[in-house]
Amino acid sequence: MAYNFHFDPIDMPPECKELRQEVRSFLRQEIEAGTFAPNDGKGTFSKAFARKVGAKGWIGMTWPKEYGGSERSHLERYVVIEEMLAHRAPTRSYSTADRQSGPVILRYGQEEVKKTILPKIASGDLCFCIGLSEPNSGSDVFAASTRATKTDGGWLVNGRKIWTSNAHNSDYMIALLRTSPKTQENHRHGLTQFLIDCKSPGITIRPIINMSGAHDFNEIFFDDVFVPDLHLIGEVDMAWKQASDELAYERSGPDRWLETFSVLVELVRRAGAEPSERLAEGIGREVANLATLRRMSASIAGMLQAGKTPGTEAAVVKDLGTNWEQSLPNRMRLLAPPTGDSSPESNDDRFEEALRHTTLIAPKLTIQGGTREVLRGIIARGLGLR
Amino acid sequence: MTDNIIVDTATRIFADLCEPNTINDAEKGTWPKALWDALEESGLPLTWVPDTLGGAGAEMTDGFAVLRAAGRAAAPVPLAETLLAGWLLAQGNIEAPAGPMAIAPIYEDGHINLAGNKLQGRARHVPYARNAQHIAVLAFSGDTPTVALVAADAVAISQGTSLAGEPRDTITFDGATAVAVGAAHGLGTLGIVQIGATARAQQMAGALEHILDQSVQWSLDRVQFGRAIAKFQAVQHNLATLAGEVAAAGAAADAAAEAIAVHGIGSDVTSAEVAIAKLRVGEAAGAGAAIAHQVHGAMGFTYEHSLHHATRRLWAWREEFGNEAQWATRLGHMVAARGADALWPFLTQGS
Repeated sequence: MAYNFHFDPIDMPPECKELRQEVRSFLRQEIEAGTFAPNDGKGTFSKAFARKVGAKGWIGMTWPKEYGGSERSHLERYVVIEEMLAHRAPTRSYSTADRQSGPVILRYGQEEVKKTILPKIASGDLCFCIGLSEPNSGSDVFAASTRATKTDGGWLVNGRKIWTSNAHNSDYMIALLRTSPKTQENHRHGLTQFLIDCKSPGITIRPIINMSGAHDFNEIFFDDVFVPDLHLIGEVDMAWKQASDELAYERSGPDRWLETFSVLVELVRRAGAEPSERLAEGIGREVANLATLRRMSASIAGMLQAGKTPGTEAAVVKDLGTNWEQSLPNRMRLLAPPTGDSSPESNDDRFEEALRHTTLIAPKLTIQGGTREVLRGIIARGLGLR
Repeated sequence: MTDNIIVDTATRIFADLCEPNTINDAEKGTWPKALWDALEESGLPLTWVPDTLGGAGAEMTDGFAVLRAAGRAAAPVPLAETLLAGWLLAQGNIEAPAGPMAIAPIYEDGHINLAGNKLQGRARHVPYARNAQHIAVLAFSGDTPTVALVAADAVAISQGTSLAGEPRDTITFDGATAVAVGAAHGLGTLGIVQIGATARAQQMAGALEHILDQSVQWSLDRVQFGRAIAKFQAVQHNLATLAGEVAAAGAAADAAAEAIAVHGIGSDVTSAEVAIAKLRVGEAAGAGAAIAHQVHGAMGFTYEHSLHHATRRLWAWREEFGNEAQWATRLGHMVAARGADALWPFLTQGS
């Protein structure tokens, strides 16, 4: 019996190589135009940038043209995403919709919603957030208790979601809501996905400032919020069947190993062209890990293109990737201690700024989108252990 | 890497003729004749020799896939070495002889001189030198690299073993006469070390796949506290971590094999991918073997259990054709020389 997961090498087709150059020159122009500062746009919310990306056809790239997509391959999409992330472009306003919400609507949404919402995601006009976690439902997503109760022409939502990234900037949320109690046989039963307009009456959004001082996540209160029947996504009570597909997209992407890339770039800058053997060895180790993660991530894009649902493989990439990117700042710190060099050519400030930022965001990397413990459970199931 | 008839043949031969006892006997000095003869009869050792030079003329990736299978089986024969020797001889346009071969040098700082057709110098840790009928050497006449073929009985061999119990001998050439020489066309010692490192990376990736299978199976069979230890979350998470390391090793090793097949030795892409592979696979070997042993408990620490066939090889192979630190340093200098803003283009070169 073989328990190995396979990540076949991907030979990027010529159209991917051309596209990569096209994305790079677009980003160069945007940096020159001052749309975002190089290596500093990741946290910036910019719909203007999203619309430019949308106009290029780089949001919803794999979706059918009738819904605003470009019918391009998963590998082409992969190339665009990794170039955006490596350059820390301000993708925040559209990345969730592109990666998760759009594909869910495309797969399970009602036709009218698909026709009206998807083209607006693809044009960069809509920002989405994901309503999963609740005060008493974190890793245990199927314990969600925020209720949707049937009413005339729709549903009434009451309860609370938490740790919702970007809710304060979002136009829509896809929420996982309780429509029936769980059953004895299936503890995942009874939850339903809905599309919720974030501007609906009855919604209150309270910011939660994270430990790095940034406002990313939020707490959301629902008080008799009306959601029309049209916004029901998929089958009532059966969301557990839909959720796992969504995660293959979320879990393997370049954002699962490029979050702290800037600290490595700045270390290389600080090391200069002829570093000590110790520095060179330290840099080499990280580059080997990063390159391997990239191979595996691209391989998953290839599997998606081939119509597979590589759920376990995606968990493997996310577990390896987030552990690596999380521990990277600490290794960089020890390779390049602070110096007293105050010459203008010194790159100490850039390095220290990247180190500070990546050290502060590191704790979340093995928590968001499925904790390390949850991922290892998924991998263990893939190995036949549970 | 897709399965094909060459790999299937190799896998079948290993399944039939490479038992745990074969491996233990080989460590005690018994040449696994049946295993080697079957391999030779199938033509596998000459996978990388073009048909014009007496070989099978198969793809580079086929040979690497065979080595993956050999690593999975801990095959105690110089299959990698004979493949590498055949490849080296082909670079010098020299016909490959029958029988097991060894290759020298295996380290980048190894240096063997050639004057006329007389070899001079010493090569350390040469795998399977004592079992080889011929040795393929990359030697230098002044600065000119030359491929030389020398009969094993023409050189002095002093025996040594790796920590896996595999022959790692010292060859003293002492003026031995080469039976054939050929221009190496710019191939340097680094080139030998690169293809050798990729061969080892494939074997190691195979050995890692094997210890994952073995560890998962053991955890399902072994009962403690009234249930299979596979049911304990701590054990599950260790095995999940092992599976990640195994997957990373396989991906890295395949990337290097692919680079050699597509871009050849000497290209920038190959130089990067080989360094990445030997380093990343070496890291996975250390972390992976440790988990496999932890899962197996005391049983895995016995000579009787076969786990050490793979884990000892993993530890030994890490050192051959450059270890993690050496490849990391080389890779780090490659990156630094290009500069910070070229790091991302470097990572995406060729794609």
